[in-house]
Amino acid sequence: MNAGIPLQYFLVLATVMFFVGVYGFLTRRNLITILMSLELILNSVNINFLAFNRYLYPHKLEGFFFSLFVIAVAAAEAAVAIAIIINIYRRFTTINVEDVNEMKY
Amino acid sequence: MTSTQLMFLLFSSLIIVFSILTVTSRKILRAAVYLLFVLVSTAGLYFMLNYQFLAAVQLTLYAGGIVVLIIFSILLTSYINHRFEQVGWKKSLFSALAAIAGAILSIITILDYRFSATSEAAKEVDMHLVGKSLLSVGDDGYALPFEVISVLLIAAMVAAIVIAKKGGPNKTQSQNLKQ
Repeated sequence: MNAGIPLQYFLVLATVMFFVGVYGFLTRRNLITILMSLELILNSVNINFLAFNRYLYPHKLEGFFFSLFVIAVAAAEAAVAIAIIINIYRRFTTINVEDVNEMKY
Repeated sequence: MTSTQLMFLLFSSLIIVFSILTVTSRKILRAAVYLLFVLVSTAGLYFMLNYQFLAAVQLTLYAGGIVVLIIFSILLTSYINHRFEQVGWKKSLFSALAAIAGAILSIITILDYRFSATSEAAKEVDMHLVGKSLLSVGDDGYALPFEVISVLLIAAMVAAIVIAKKGGPNKTQSQNLKQ
């Protein structure tokens, strides 16, 4: 099935993707791009779960269901985050994190 | 090099290149489209791991749902031709240092660790098994997290509607108009 691809390849790929997401999270100043970096991070963790499930515990389903639930939580999180972002845009007419620094309006 | 390795090489290089482009592109709509490419290539990796159902979920929910939501909110909140200003070199340098240090540490740990696989027979994950596991309460049953996630989805939906619906300043504006 996966002849010639060791587990470590998947893990290294997910690590690189995770830290690219962390870099984006630290440098970006726009709320939507921060959200996209967050999606990258969540996605890389999913790859890890599935690779562990397939290579180390192929008779179980824990990794499979955990990543299914991670995808559902990511969808809920994106919906709420975008509602908040649109509300912030309506009040401040910007979604730059440096210009949005009051919690109470 | 076998064809599987070639496919893995293709998908992983696509993922790495496009995720770097996602976090560095200065046009926000392009960043969203690069994110779409990353998510689709990840679905390809799931197909390679033989998780067809999860690859389909990834394609419909992530690539179909979340990216469309992000693109909608981009169109609502920014000008298409707007370019981000260049990230300051200090911030860029230190963020890159933090990310690279973390990545090197994790990769060294991963390559150092000896993973031991079980010798048990692999279980084929088909739709039948997924449905049964999601709704059973015994061993290998995931009824409780399934219910929790459904409550979470309802709560998120209600919260999104309540947060994003018109209110606040508009209400005071109409009151001012009445006065």
